[in-house]
Amino acid sequence: MLVLSRKKGETIMIGDQIEVKVISVEGDQVKLGIIAPKTVKVHRSEVFEAIQKQNKEALAISVDALKQFKL
Amino acid sequence: MNIKTKFLGEVEIEQSEILTFENGLPGFQEFTKFILLGLDTDLPIALLQSTEKEQIGFVVGYPFAFKHDYAFDLSEEDKEQLQLEDESEVASYTVLTLKENFADSTINLLAPIVINTKQKIGKQIVLQDSEKYPLRYKIGIAKGSGK
Repeated sequence: MLVLSRKKGETIMIGDQIEVKVISVEGDQVKLGIIAPKTVKVHRSEVFEAIQKQNKEALAISVDALKQFKL
Repeated sequence: MNIKTKFLGEVEIEQSEILTFENGLPGFQEFTKFILLGLDTDLPIALLQSTEKEQIGFVVGYPFAFKHDYAFDLSEEDKEQLQLEDESEVASYTVLTLKENFADSTINLLAPIVINTKQKIGKQIVLQDSEKYPLRYKIGIAKGSGK
């Protein structure tokens, strides 16, 4: 992992199209501004983790639960 | 060819009907080949079954049947990955999380499964707005609003 130190207002470039700017630092919270092409999706990692977890939960259903749907 | 399924026993499928999920599904990246099979119910649901592993079978539903005003835009990246050329080639599904108590069952509106029905390519996409598109949308509510 590449680790960079940046101050408020400074930026980094990822490739030549994605720019990440440190907007503010308050206590343990960092606010980031991200400029990226529309084709690049930006998500909080928690979103992906939550979807992974939800998929696993969805898979855990029993045949009995499914039978409720049979009329 | 014959495959073993999670809920339907062994079924015969056509090779040409197999869907490719290049990156698998979140949490299950290792499984990339799936098939959609009908389930014997009166509800608009189907089984998205891995052709590689019997236990990997998701119950999916038609999202619009559960939430009438459900709509989302596909990003350029998604369209590219799905090799979409025409909107009529798109089918979308939502993963159901069924519970013993039916009222507690939910559908995932945040990450619909989108399929290019012509090219047989699928992807579970992630939408941006998690307030508008909840990860756990209660089927119970949807059923009531459908009346």
